[in-house]
Amino acid sequence: MRDAMTGPVAADFWVYLATSPLFWLALTLSVYLGADRLSALSGRNSLVNPVLIAIVALGAVLIATGTSYETYFEGAQFVHVLLGPATVALAIPIVRHRGEIRRNLLPLVVALLVGAVVGIASAVGLAIALGLDAALVASLAPKSVTAPIAMGVAREIGGVPELTAVLVIATGITGAALVTPVLNLLRVRDWRARGFAVGLAAHGIGTARALQVNPVAGTFAGLAMALNGLVTAFAAPLVVAWLVG
Amino acid sequence: MLHGFVLIVVFQYAGEAAARLAGLPTPGPVVGLAALALLAVAWPALYRVAEPTADALLRHLSLLFIPAGVGVLQHLDLLRAELAGLLAVLVLSTLITMGVTALVFALLARPAGESAP
Repeated sequence: MRDAMTGPVAADFWVYLATSPLFWLALTLSVYLGADRLSALSGRNSLVNPVLIAIVALGAVLIATGTSYETYFEGAQFVHVLLGPATVALAIPIVRHRGEIRRNLLPLVVALLVGAVVGIASAVGLAIALGLDAALVASLAPKSVTAPIAMGVAREIGGVPELTAVLVIATGITGAALVTPVLNLLRVRDWRARGFAVGLAAHGIGTARALQVNPVAGTFAGLAMALNGLVTAFAAPLVVAWLVG
Repeated sequence: MLHGFVLIVVFQYAGEAAARLAGLPTPGPVVGLAALALLAVAWPALYRVAEPTADALLRHLSLLFIPAGVGVLQHLDLLRAELAGLLAVLVLSTLITMGVTALVFALLARPAGESAP
């Protein structure tokens, strides 16, 4: 921000902007739009993740300008408060796909319960085995589910919600990048199973990947994302208590 | 759109209240999600009111976790100290979860799609 400091007028204006919540809100939206454009230009390459790019870019701006997270959050909170309503909104795609749920009830319910528990228990078990501290273990437990739910769960079980948000995004990118080679290796060719697995393990980012590859996979991925959000919210506190306790 | 938003927020707070009353360790919005899904099946008018708002919120779901993600700035030391361990857990756990889920689903599902009656 050296340039902004060159004249007294510019400096005054920067001071005005830097303390204005609207500026940080607008910057968050602009950086997201720019990052989303980059992702589109890359042909939605799963390694060019718009959320990761936006977080790094905004973090760099805050560090470069010496702006505190509290000041930034005064503006960004207007986006942040929508996480709760967005979680409730996941009910709508579940209701929309209730026909598919009914037709595939048995594989869906069993894969959902097994997958949800394996997702939580493998993260918690590996984290304990590697000697990570308790706050990190709790932050990792809900990593497979969509961020608004994962952050709520992390808060309930003693994790750090901001850290969980980043771990969730990293999990999404990992799942989207690895799903094709891994399921080819395991010779799973059923698009319903492939989509369900990536949506369950890698939430929205995995679902976006499934949608690009096959429409049936995309539908089952979206379903798995919403259902696992629900199951993990109930199961994570129990699994963590059982493994840590 | 605004009706839908108000409806969704009502479900969120009803969920929060229910979770507290029942002493559930579940985030209020998740209880609201479950309640809305059940009631919207029974009562399609609820679905129609909530649908446009829900779709708009979910279209930009990625945007919503950016402010929290930027909050990782406050935990950079912790992250840097444990980077290798965190990455190992993320990659291994995600691989195991995807593999097990896909195998269980494929094992129990009837042969798929086009050829089914």
